[in-house]
Amino acid sequence: MKLYELAIHEAHGLIKKKEISSKELTESVLERIDEVEPKIDAYITVDRKKALEQANQADTLIAKGDTLSPVTGIPLSIKDLICTKGMKTTCASRMLENFIPPYDAFVIKKLKAAGAVIVGKANMDEFAMGSSTENSGFKITHNPWNPDCIPGGSSGGSAASVASDMCLGSLGSDTGGSIRQPASHCGVVGMKPTYGRISRFGLVAFASSLDQIGPITKNVKDCALLMNAVSGYDSNDSTSVPRDVPDYTLSLEHDLKGVKIGIPVEYHRVEGIDPAVSKAVNSATKLLEGMGAEVFEVSLPHTQYAVAAYYVIAPAEASSNLARYDGVRYGFRDKEQKGLMDMYKSTRSKGFGFEVQRRIILGTYSLSSGYYDAYYGKASQVRTLIIEDFKNVFEKCDVIISPVTPTPAFKIGEKIDDPLTMYLSDAFTLSANLAGIPGMSLPCGFSEDGLPVGLQIMGTHFNEEMLLRVAYNFEQATNFHEKKPVL
Amino acid sequence: MKITVEEVAHVANLARLNLNKELTDTFAAQIGTILDYVDTLNQVDTKGVPPTSHAIFLKNAFRMDIRKDDFQKEELLSNAPDEEDGFFIVPKVIE
Repeated sequence: MKLYELAIHEAHGLIKKKEISSKELTESVLERIDEVEPKIDAYITVDRKKALEQANQADTLIAKGDTLSPVTGIPLSIKDLICTKGMKTTCASRMLENFIPPYDAFVIKKLKAAGAVIVGKANMDEFAMGSSTENSGFKITHNPWNPDCIPGGSSGGSAASVASDMCLGSLGSDTGGSIRQPASHCGVVGMKPTYGRISRFGLVAFASSLDQIGPITKNVKDCALLMNAVSGYDSNDSTSVPRDVPDYTLSLEHDLKGVKIGIPVEYHRVEGIDPAVSKAVNSATKLLEGMGAEVFEVSLPHTQYAVAAYYVIAPAEASSNLARYDGVRYGFRDKEQKGLMDMYKSTRSKGFGFEVQRRIILGTYSLSSGYYDAYYGKASQVRTLIIEDFKNVFEKCDVIISPVTPTPAFKIGEKIDDPLTMYLSDAFTLSANLAGIPGMSLPCGFSEDGLPVGLQIMGTHFNEEMLLRVAYNFEQATNFHEKKPVL
Repeated sequence: MKITVEEVAHVANLARLNLNKELTDTFAAQIGTILDYVDTLNQVDTKGVPPTSHAIFLKNAFRMDIRKDDFQKEELLSNAPDEEDGFFIVPKVIE
């Protein structure tokens, strides 16, 4: 077995026993990047020198015999919209092509303090707007299971880098499914925690009431370990919730007896569900039931309106957040301009890609005088009803399970000219962001073409432990997470 | 059409974007399709339902109004497209 194939918890065990060093592990990951990155294109930036420096620092900590964190010396990739001091953070946008943050995001500060190794910054849809990573301003990432297919998005580079062993784990961000959907398409584990669980300080904002950072890993235990490493209150994020962080690995010790699992009847009505997806999710349901969980149908009557509400609210927030890119204080400036107003406009039109401009227009329109009540106001009311649906359901059950996406990964180029069809593929994931609840994705099967299928587990606010418990039991009873793409 | 080409051009100006004719037409058609879909929200009776702007029930987070010296001026100017003597330089504002 090559060192790059290790999961975080396995590598940690070997590091602790001094059987391997962080330097050996990091070098192995860098060699793997040399080998497969030309086929996958998961990274925007790889910084070998810094990664090896961090690995050496970690080895010094390890040699001193200090108490180690499970991420000490572990090579990770970071989605390129999480600020890393001194390392380019582009959001996959021409607008920020040369932006070098003068500070670390809260999660990066935590990882660095724990001695983690940051290998590089992962590709994504520009400003996290997209479901395929095709909207990156720089490159298209390929799905490790089939290079003709998208890796999902927007955290497509993160998921592809984990699935192809070009890092041991990654941090992504999820505004409408951007962690869970690529995790599902790449056959890895991804979690969008409760809104407020992880500080957004240093996460470049897309839609502030929906964005959340979370881990993408090779298995459920690693997901719990990364959650332990980056969760917690931060006074620099006014929406961060002051609440103790449990040891998430403890939730892996419980079986499924007495756990109540709800299946929303409305999800059967989502159009265009691929038979491979329903088959894998149905088998997963039966398996969980066989392991002692109680499974029954529940109803989320307003869930069918989630896509419509989301594609008003998210672009509205984005249009406001992205107003800051004006070519004055940082980022791209178009030098061919006449006067200040022209500079703003030409900078923004040349700096942003089409999807970003489309969403800015949509968001500005839905907030504009005369349309605010009909669009933003209405969507915000429907959001309340979607939240109430979840509240009612979680009085009866501990978790909800569903598909993550209606289909396995689609072909590159297939949906790029049809934004609405692309948006509709987010039907299962968006509502967790609207409601602020945690959701995760883990491998539960493969299509006939060998593409991974994911299972989504959602729970009530701050009940990530229950998600991890169900996921871990499922993972222990299956071997989907052990399969690797042939590269 | 749900949103006219003129409306897209107007909104583009509000959002400080320069769209050429082709992109304005494309966006009008695509955003029109999206807005038609968004109209399904009108099937929901929302009379008396309060709007939600934020899914977690946090009150305002206050802090003392104390200056923090987190950054050096040079660090904050290091990404500026144009700067001089510690100031951001912009094109002429008044014609």
